[in-house]
Amino acid sequence: MLAFAARHLPSPRRWLVRNLLISGLMATTAIPAAGIAAATDNDTVTLYNGQHEQAVGLLVADFEKRTGITVRVHSGEAPEIANQLAEEGRSSPADVYFTENSPELALLEEKGLLAPVAAATLAEVPAQYNSPKGDWVGVLARESVLAYNTAQVAVGALPASLLDLAKPAWQGKVGIAPSDGDFLPLVSAVAALKGQDVALAWLRGLEKNAQTFDDDEGVVAAVNRGAVATGVVNNYYWARLRQQNGPAGMHSAVYHFMHGDVGGLVNISGAAALAAAPHPEAAQRFLAYLVSEPAQALLATTDIIFEYPLRPGVAASPLLKPLDQLQPPAIGISELGDDANAAPLLRQAGLL
Amino acid sequence: MTIGVPVGPARRLGAPRFAAWRVASRRRRTAAGSRPPPFPLLAAAAIVALLGLLPIGVTLSRAMQVDVAAAGALLFRPLVGRLLFNTLALVAAGTLTAAVVGTAAAWFVERTRLPGRRIWASLAAVPLAIPSFVTSFAWVSLSPAFQGFPGALLVVTCAYYPLLYLPVAAALRGLDPALEETARSLGCGPWQRFTRVVLPHLRPALFGGMVLVALNVLVEFGAFALLRYRTFTTEIYAEYRTGFAGPQAALLAVVLMMLCVAFLAIESVARGHVRYARVARGTGRVATRYPLGRARLPVLLGFVVLVVVTLGVPLGMILFWLTQPGAAAITPAEVSAGILISSTLSSLEYGAAGASLTMILAFPIAFLAVRYDGPVVAAIERAAWLVQGVPGIVVALALVALTVHTLHPLYQSSLLLVIAYAILFLPLALVSIKASLQQAERRLEDVGRSLGLGWAAVTRRIVLPVAGPGLAAAAAMVFVAVVTDLTTTLLLAPIGTHTLATRVWVDTSTLAFAAAAPFAALMATISLLSTGLLAHRFGGTNRLRNDLTPGARR
Repeated sequence: MLAFAARHLPSPRRWLVRNLLISGLMATTAIPAAGIAAATDNDTVTLYNGQHEQAVGLLVADFEKRTGITVRVHSGEAPEIANQLAEEGRSSPADVYFTENSPELALLEEKGLLAPVAAATLAEVPAQYNSPKGDWVGVLARESVLAYNTAQVAVGALPASLLDLAKPAWQGKVGIAPSDGDFLPLVSAVAALKGQDVALAWLRGLEKNAQTFDDDEGVVAAVNRGAVATGVVNNYYWARLRQQNGPAGMHSAVYHFMHGDVGGLVNISGAAALAAAPHPEAAQRFLAYLVSEPAQALLATTDIIFEYPLRPGVAASPLLKPLDQLQPPAIGISELGDDANAAPLLRQAGLL
Repeated sequence: MTIGVPVGPARRLGAPRFAAWRVASRRRRTAAGSRPPPFPLLAAAAIVALLGLLPIGVTLSRAMQVDVAAAGALLFRPLVGRLLFNTLALVAAGTLTAAVVGTAAAWFVERTRLPGRRIWASLAAVPLAIPSFVTSFAWVSLSPAFQGFPGALLVVTCAYYPLLYLPVAAALRGLDPALEETARSLGCGPWQRFTRVVLPHLRPALFGGMVLVALNVLVEFGAFALLRYRTFTTEIYAEYRTGFAGPQAALLAVVLMMLCVAFLAIESVARGHVRYARVARGTGRVATRYPLGRARLPVLLGFVVLVVVTLGVPLGMILFWLTQPGAAAITPAEVSAGILISSTLSSLEYGAAGASLTMILAFPIAFLAVRYDGPVVAAIERAAWLVQGVPGIVVALALVALTVHTLHPLYQSSLLLVIAYAILFLPLALVSIKASLQQAERRLEDVGRSLGLGWAAVTRRIVLPVAGPGLAAAAAMVFVAVVTDLTTTLLLAPIGTHTLATRVWVDTSTLAFAAAAPFAALMATISLLSTGLLAHRFGGTNRLRNDLTPGARR
């Protein structure tokens, strides 16, 4: 019956039309004006964010309180934002880019879109976690792991290598999220360490074996409820699920690939200032804040994000295996590259 | 007096995007003069039509940047086949279940002595006012088991069966009881009368409704993304997430647009052919209602289940999560009063701005279509019709790709988002504006003019009072559509802008259901209130009955 509204013509109700039109017109003209009003001083900073939105929300609120600088946040999936910055080029309104994985920063660095990070900021973090060129600073580290359902897989049956998951024995027993920003660096790492052909064969095997999800949250939740036996995720997704469900609600555990297997890749979440930033000073202040003691402590203790803080002396969440006990593959930031090959490989394998 | 012709019933409120739509309909045009349309009007309408076609042009040109070999490799890969299968399987299953549920509900409400008919009739239409991604938020937060095809089918059926219920109910009300009486006198039993007389007459309404469901399923994004069911729209979004507005996304978008246009074409062809008319001159009557007898309880139970599933679960789950502490979410994101108010305000502002611009842009085309004829007018109408075949995600991607380099001042501006809404909901507004303008007949204006009123006075004193309520209803419908829009807002919202829809999205996609609940509740409230107000003011059941009862119309 609702659908017939327009056919009926009761007594005139012009006020409604008039009110709607007038308020609408006012809104049409007012909104864009407000958007343009952002001044080009250093009281604001525009953050393009590929990290988890809720965690960044905490950081931004704290930063605003400490400095009085207003942060405008544009959030999205990390590779999307990186490609957006590349498309926008020098006309981008962005001051700072904060992302989950280093290859996205490498891409922008290659294109010459990043400004050098202040030396004092770089010095807060061990040098191996920063850009070799000094164009971006490492903020957090995350480990790639295999989450497994404890009722479905015995510890002894877990694979020694990530590449084993492409073998027929694992058909239907693997969950992956190929369009999640965190999967691309893993593909890049396999390609860099084992070669393109091995990487493609591995992905083709996964295409046969794996159930695909949109994001790591979906993978780890599926593993925990037993919909799939194992899942390739970053460590903190499991930690977050444990935080939500409590120990009693966990039917899964985390398996760390050891002995330098590519599956145990440790990725750097970093940040950079844009070369064409409209607010360069505020941008550098935000970078300095990200590696400062209070920000790193905030990130280490919040229940929202479970990543390793890179500033020495700030302890990671006890839910995580200590960073120095991991045995990640021997691959440097420059060898990992910019993920340029990852998406084409995924498409070739039919995963994207 | 026509009986079976779809009476433009599927004018939607809320989530789905498509409305019943006829191009250059062969209806008798009231005093459609042979005068050519005034040039300014024609120019305005043509500009709007071109604006509407802009996303199609941009998408095609972006897709063309991929060289042929690469395009072949991209299009003819297993994934595209799987997406095609996923999408079409859901389209087929969803239209069928919606048709069965919608027809059954309509028949029991209209043709039986069902207790509480009026209440069921109202409740059956309400799901249209609940955005489908809120429905899927509810189901997926109830249990992750609803992910995948079964969940997607359930959500599609819940969200869109009113698109079948409404036209079928209208067709049943308009059906001449004499036909069934004749069949009965010729020895047909009740089931035979239904299958051989009633059902064939419902065919136009059924078919039109099913195509609307199919189109809505094709362009739906949020609901399927939350249910982790991969269709073309979710895959275009995945491409966007890994590569921004690249040519790969444009290629997939072209395939999706072709699917949409194919369904639009099927619909318009079908509408052109099926027509049932009552030719007798006698007074029409309202059909007798069948007693339900022993079936009364099971049927009532069926309606209770229907309402619980389509309304109870979505609204109930929102209420449930509202009472949960934020810590029940994986990410206990802060939900402060300030964030709630600012998101609500920006939803309302964009709703108002979107509705205004859409009305302003749609008006010239609607006026032209109602008052004038000719090949140019037909071409403009056809262009506006084609805009329906462009899903929101494609419109948004095209506008991003266009403004990131050229037209840069518009990039990331709120004006661009409002323009996107106007393009997206142009067809929706056109349907209603045309209907209300048809009521304001040319003759009335002529009378006014002959009595010495000027152009402005005629508009103010005759056209607006007659067409005004219908126009307001059209604006309100676009308003609700904008407030509940997810895809376009997600891609085009200016930096720092969050609407209720994007808040629900951010929290639900990270499984933070408790954090999403207040935003979902506010959005559902706005949508239900606006829709309820609209129905109350402009479409009472009695009025409806009068209008559709044979013989009651002029």
